[in-house]
Amino acid sequence: MSEFKALDGTGAVAEAMRQINPDVVAAYPITPQTAIVQTFSEFVADGLVDTEFITVESEHSAMSACVGASAAGARVMTATSSAGLAFMWEILYVAASNRLPIVMTNVNRALSAPINIHCDHSDSMGARDAGWIHLFCENAQEAYDTVIQAVRIAEHPDVLLPVMVLFDGFITSHAEERVEIFDDAKVKAFVGEYKPKHSLLDLDHPVTYGPLDFTDYYFEHKRQQVEAMRHAQKVILDVADEFAKTFGRKYGLFETYRLDDAEVAIVVSSSTAGTARAAVDKLRAQGAKVGLLKPRVFRPFPAQEMVAALQHLKAVGVMDRAISFGSMSNAGPLFLELAAAMKIYDAGVPMADFVFGLGGRDIVPSQIEGVFRSLLQIAETGRVSELVSYVGVRE
Amino acid sequence: MATKLNLKELSKREDRLAPGHRLCAGCGAGIVVRQILAAIDEPVVLSNATGCLEVSTTIFPYTSWRVPWIHNAFENAASTMSGVETAYRALVKRGKIPEQNVKFIAFGGDGGTYDIGIQALSGALERGHKMMYVCYNNEAYMNTGIQRSSATPLGANTTTSPAGKVIPGKMQPRKDLTAICAAHNIPYVAQASPHNWRDLMEKARKGVAADGPAFLNVLSSCNRGWRHDTSTTVEVMKLATETCVWPLYEVENGVWRLTYKPKVKKPVTEWLEAQGRFRHLFRPENQYMIERIQADVDEKWERLLKLCGEA
Ligand SMILES: Cc1ncc(C[n+]2csc(CCOP(=O)(O)OP(=O)(O)O)c2C)c(N)n1
Ligand SMILES: [Mg+2]
Repeated sequence: MSEFKALDGTGAVAEAMRQINPDVVAAYPITPQTAIVQTFSEFVADGLVDTEFITVESEHSAMSACVGASAAGARVMTATSSAGLAFMWEILYVAASNRLPIVMTNVNRALSAPINIHCDHSDSMGARDAGWIHLFCENAQEAYDTVIQAVRIAEHPDVLLPVMVLFDGFITSHAEERVEIFDDAKVKAFVGEYKPKHSLLDLDHPVTYGPLDFTDYYFEHKRQQVEAMRHAQKVILDVADEFAKTFGRKYGLFETYRLDDAEVAIVVSSSTAGTARAAVDKLRAQGAKVGLLKPRVFRPFPAQEMVAALQHLKAVGVMDRAISFGSMSNAGPLFLELAAAMKIYDAGVPMADFVFGLGGRDIVPSQIEGVFRSLLQIAETGRVSELVSYVGVRE
Repeated sequence: MATKLNLKELSKREDRLAPGHRLCAGCGAGIVVRQILAAIDEPVVLSNATGCLEVSTTIFPYTSWRVPWIHNAFENAASTMSGVETAYRALVKRGKIPEQNVKFIAFGGDGGTYDIGIQALSGALERGHKMMYVCYNNEAYMNTGIQRSSATPLGANTTTSPAGKVIPGKMQPRKDLTAICAAHNIPYVAQASPHNWRDLMEKARKGVAADGPAFLNVLSSCNRGWRHDTSTTVEVMKLATETCVWPLYEVENGVWRLTYKPKVKKPVTEWLEAQGRFRHLFRPENQYMIERIQADVDEKWERLLKLCGEA
């Protein structure tokens, strides 16, 4: 029997980790992730899990120890945010390239400078090409559900890639919600046991992990990582199906809301999608045909599927909580990628990017309604006057 | 019963580092690794920092390692091994793998240990992982072309501390990493050199037998960087010990002990003369550097004698 608990995002993730009871966790505190490692430390101290918890001296060592433990055949988890993820950056690539199924929660937070502990997506977006699967979550429930699914996705033999579970710092990490916590035994059965193919601790079959590739092999190894990423999409959907059968909640590559008959739509991930849903309802009540697409899987990027869901529209607005400095019009990463996909697959829909919420700047329903009004104008005129605009900034 | 440290017996063992690797002729690193691994009877799992040893032994699709081995990055051989060692305990505890008295050993160069990896090393020592960290210390970043590290001795000519017209090589003495590791109060810390193979092998055995972390700082000549003939590797390292530039000692559960004391302490010039990296010091205008080096060696030797209860 499920239980309903009042938990914030960090508590929900800690619960999932308790139920998964990984072999090894190596983690380091950083706001707003800290509560995850603290809560998990309590589970260890109270014997609720028998995980070996490595209290490393840095995030660089957290990811390094995760790599070592995973190569040794353990099921491994960690969590971080912002500067911590940035500090891991070098080893994020090592983890993915060695095909190690590490599951990491990254509570999205702005990067320094100026130092800022609040939410934006610059941290994980900066790591978007490192070879990890990226799954965005809107709320604590999704974070809990997604951590459980992430284990299965990462460890699937066709994938064997590390997974990042992402949700918004403070907004999701520190706001209490009603979260359904499944039966321990059911979660345990769902995640199953990890059976590593190549382990450092298989002494009869010694393996060399992390060799030197010259020009004659490196490219092929990178090419194989592409294959793993390609397989990931199907596995993510298969795991979601099984999750729905077992636990009742459905997940896909993205979620749509009142999109089918919409004329304009916003594409926004994570907690802001919730605010956007309210804005959709309000404008719909006033007769405006607006809708929403909330990306869940950012890596691998479901380009064709998203285009198929959006191509009937007259205008699409992407809301980016990060800037790719120096990119085309200094747009955000989500816009750049989706705009490319829409063009490549001939969607012919005018698009604009709305950068918002950097460093935790609030985004309120009236501002999202403003974005919809801009989109309705684009739809009417067919003209995009500003490719990138900034919502809620003092100019 | 442990195998006797008898050369004839030990030479019958299959090398855990197979021949055919691409380390240079006369490289100390291969000797250090083979001696240490030959000394240990138990199964081993190794991690290796980026550096000469790593790049020359695992050129894909080949590997010279007959035992499980992982390279992660330059600065994290210690934290990587923390993960491996912890995974072992976790999996044994859960009955997923058998208990086999595995010895966990991390190898790093002096750059990967004294400099960029000191944080990961210190963290791993403090946490108390049951592993032995071995620094094969060739006293510079050799893999990238002989740049100075904090292990490079005073006065040495390297590509980033070149002997120039106004600056005669490296102007700082080396960092005392062995003492820094001893200050972590771990069960076993030692300094060794492969010219004294029995001493090194005994230390390797003590290191892996320790109930907690162990650290070995092992001198490892690089003839490309030190500038001596490929055939004199062992002699040059022996001179480092005979001149007290590289004393052999151990710190076992806090007790300092010299494991070798030269009968006659040779002048440091004998060690300097044997290597091209110090040639510039013999120009008249650099005489003061040789005096500085001798004074530095004397002072540290006296301090060590006191710590070891020999003075
Ligand atoms: C983060 C990082 N910085 C720099 C390098 C470049 N690099 C590779 S090996 C090396 C020097 C290694 O020196 P040392 O640890 O003394 O080992 P050696 O090659 O001398 O055996 C350097 C600087 C790297 N691989 N990673
Ligand atoms: Mg070196």
